[in-house]
Amino acid sequence: MAKAELKTNKKTEIEDSSSLKGTLASVFFLGIFLVVTWLSVYFLFLDRF
Amino acid sequence: MSSQTTKLKVDPRDGKLAMAHFYVAFIALTLGGLMGLLQTLVRSGKFELPWGIDYYQILTVHGVLMGLVLTTFFIMGFQYAAISRTAGTHSPAARRIGWIGFWVMTVGTIMAATMVLLKEASVLYTFYAPLKAHWIFYLGMTFVVIGSWLDGAAQIMTYARWRRENPGKPSPLLSFMAIINTVMWIVASLGVAATVLFQLLPWSLGLVDTVDVLVSRTLFWYFGHPLVYFWLLPAYMCWYAIIPKIIGGKIFSDSLARLSFILFLLFSIPVGFHHQLTEPGIDPAWKFLQVILTFMVIIPSLMTAFSLFATFERFGRSKGATGLFGWFKVLPWKDARFTVPFIGMASFIPAGAGGIINASNQMNQVVHNTIWVTGHFHLTAATSVVLTFFGITFWLVPHLTGRVLTKAMNKLAIIQGWVWFIGMAFMSGAMHFQGLLGGPRRSAYSTYGDSAQAMEWIPYQIAQAVGGSILFLGIILMIIIFVNLAFFAPKGEEEFPVGEAENLDEKAPMIFENWKLWLGITAALILFAYTIPFIDMIQNAPPGSPGFKTWGSW
Amino acid sequence: MHMHKFEKIWLIFGIGALVVFLSVVGVSAFYLGNKPPSCLTTIDPEKVDTQAPFDKPGLNKVEGKEWDYELVYVASAFSYNPTEVEVPLGAKVKVMATTKDVIHGFQVAGTNINMMLEPGYINEIVTTFDKEGEYLVVCNEYCGTGHHLMSSKIKVVK
Ligand code: HEM
Ligand SMILES: [Cu+2]
Ligand SMILES: [Cu+2]
Repeated sequence: MAKAELKTNKKTEIEDSSSLKGTLASVFFLGIFLVVTWLSVYFLFLDRF
Repeated sequence: MSSQTTKLKVDPRDGKLAMAHFYVAFIALTLGGLMGLLQTLVRSGKFELPWGIDYYQILTVHGVLMGLVLTTFFIMGFQYAAISRTAGTHSPAARRIGWIGFWVMTVGTIMAATMVLLKEASVLYTFYAPLKAHWIFYLGMTFVVIGSWLDGAAQIMTYARWRRENPGKPSPLLSFMAIINTVMWIVASLGVAATVLFQLLPWSLGLVDTVDVLVSRTLFWYFGHPLVYFWLLPAYMCWYAIIPKIIGGKIFSDSLARLSFILFLLFSIPVGFHHQLTEPGIDPAWKFLQVILTFMVIIPSLMTAFSLFATFERFGRSKGATGLFGWFKVLPWKDARFTVPFIGMASFIPAGAGGIINASNQMNQVVHNTIWVTGHFHLTAATSVVLTFFGITFWLVPHLTGRVLTKAMNKLAIIQGWVWFIGMAFMSGAMHFQGLLGGPRRSAYSTYGDSAQAMEWIPYQIAQAVGGSILFLGIILMIIIFVNLAFFAPKGEEEFPVGEAENLDEKAPMIFENWKLWLGITAALILFAYTIPFIDMIQNAPPGSPGFKTWGSW
Repeated sequence: MHMHKFEKIWLIFGIGALVVFLSVVGVSAFYLGNKPPSCLTTIDPEKVDTQAPFDKPGLNKVEGKEWDYELVYVASAFSYNPTEVEVPLGAKVKVMATTKDVIHGFQVAGTNINMMLEPGYINEIVTTFDKEGEYLVVCNEYCGTGHHLMSSKIKVVK
């Protein structure tokens, strides 16, 4: 059991650093979009009475 | 994911029942789409409805057909077929129950629709008391819900059989996801069933004089939020488990997909107060608690976003794509089965952003019941969900009818997706901006006595009419494609794509199939979020309301 | 169950953002007094006209309260009473409203004054009218055939 885990860990570590950079960048664009839209309506809320 | 019972093709007997659901769904789309077009035209101020037809009557038709009929019928048909494909052909008993469910839902729909056409039920699809519709309308709605339970029971029976025959194994991913959605639907629809059976039916029949409005609304919204997740989860099923196969890639992680569906089951229900944030009679602390739970249900969507991008990137890189975003270009853009749902996924980005804003407690005051909200759910439901359903239709209907999606139809389907996108960008975009300026939803054309603010809204309403007209063209294209695939496309074999996980060694933990556990937590969360405010509501109830019919008769 | 390192980073960022959103609205609601309208007071919807303060709809000056005025509205299909009021610029006002029949949605367009009116309940919000202008009050919950004709006007004047 422990051995099997070691093996998969090694495999995924290689993938970790190699092939999902675009994914990370994409989700961060998404995240920034969420924050910006939320803030703009929040400021609208603050500005209004 | 293979097993003895898994077949590559849906049994024709199961296919027939799924197709029956799709016929009703697409009839609803056609009629509902026509109503949608008329609404946008009326709201532009350039057009009036003929023959004494009332704006709110057609809005009721649109809401019921699109929000309740199209969605429920399509989802039940799709899930019934997906389970047949992945967990094995339904037993004759399950199939019979499925057919009974289909007919009960259909009869219910006809009952409700008749009352709306007779102007006995211009109460919109949310039928808030104390607006009082004809009792046949409420009974029809009850039938739709009960029919859907029977449909769900058929799916659960086949899933249970698979589990019995495959002890100790995780069930096929698509079946698992379908069952999560069915279970969530059943737990949620208990709320609407309760208000209709115990409050609205006796009241509309004249057996009781008054109704407790807040209790009825609270039961409705206990159901109303999971309702929208009931629409969304089948789209997620397609994105997680079917799209990877269509593009020729792999499911990023089978276990994480299951985990996100479990989170949807747990957190979709105890959150109805986020639709009641500006309402009297509910303590703000309980509202905020449900706001926190609402934010929990955003997490599985964050996971979904990552998984989808990862599936695409892995696929692209396996095709030799380089650079940060090179993988994006090599996706199969010429395949409608991918492109049309992809437009749906992309639309979920602004849709989700809007949803977080709506749910943000007092920020809801900026947008509550403005046309922004309508713009929001035309992105979530009418774009993300519906375009994914269309994407499913492109292969599932020919699969079930023994035909194929031809090159020409594939092309038309892609055009259809982009037409929808453009129309929706106009309509939903204009709705969002008009809503921020304060324009109300569920409203016919009005200048409010030439008020300066209302005059500012009118250009946006014209933009909505432009968008609505483009969208209606999209609906016509979709109907052409559906009729072609159902009746005229060349005979052949169209694949029912089912994705495989990237890492086949990683078995999904069996705890995911422990229904006692998940149902127990679901119930605990519901009791936690609702018990005390609900008791407060009943103990401090004002005098009940008599019924009102504030709309004209024929 | 294995989770990719980048997914962990993403979820930490995402959940972190959600926590920040919640904290901001939570503090604003519970410490700065910006809770959404949630009045718990009930009223007999058939006796609205005879019950204070709804027996005197309109802008009423009050003494010894945290606010200077009470702006009282009675809603019914398809009108608001009063149909027009003037509010002095900078006045701190408690807006109070209820309905005599079905559900209505009281919204002053272009402001945060947006609250549901349900039969049997009073709803209220306290705010300072700190921007001059003419504001349209609409009904934003469907109440029947004349729903889009139901309105009122607030003039905030120096
Ligand atoms: C041709 C395409 C469509 C057009 C032009 C359209 C247009 C509209 C408009 C203008 C409204 C709101 C009007 C108002 O608030 O006064 C509306 C409401 C609504 N639409 Fe659509 N729509 C379309 C497609 C869809 C689809 C595909 C769905 C569902 C999946 C959908 C679901 C709804 C629902 C649930 C409402 C709310 C009704 C209510 O507030 O009672 N629509 N639609
Ligand atoms: Cu919701
Ligand atoms: Cu109204």
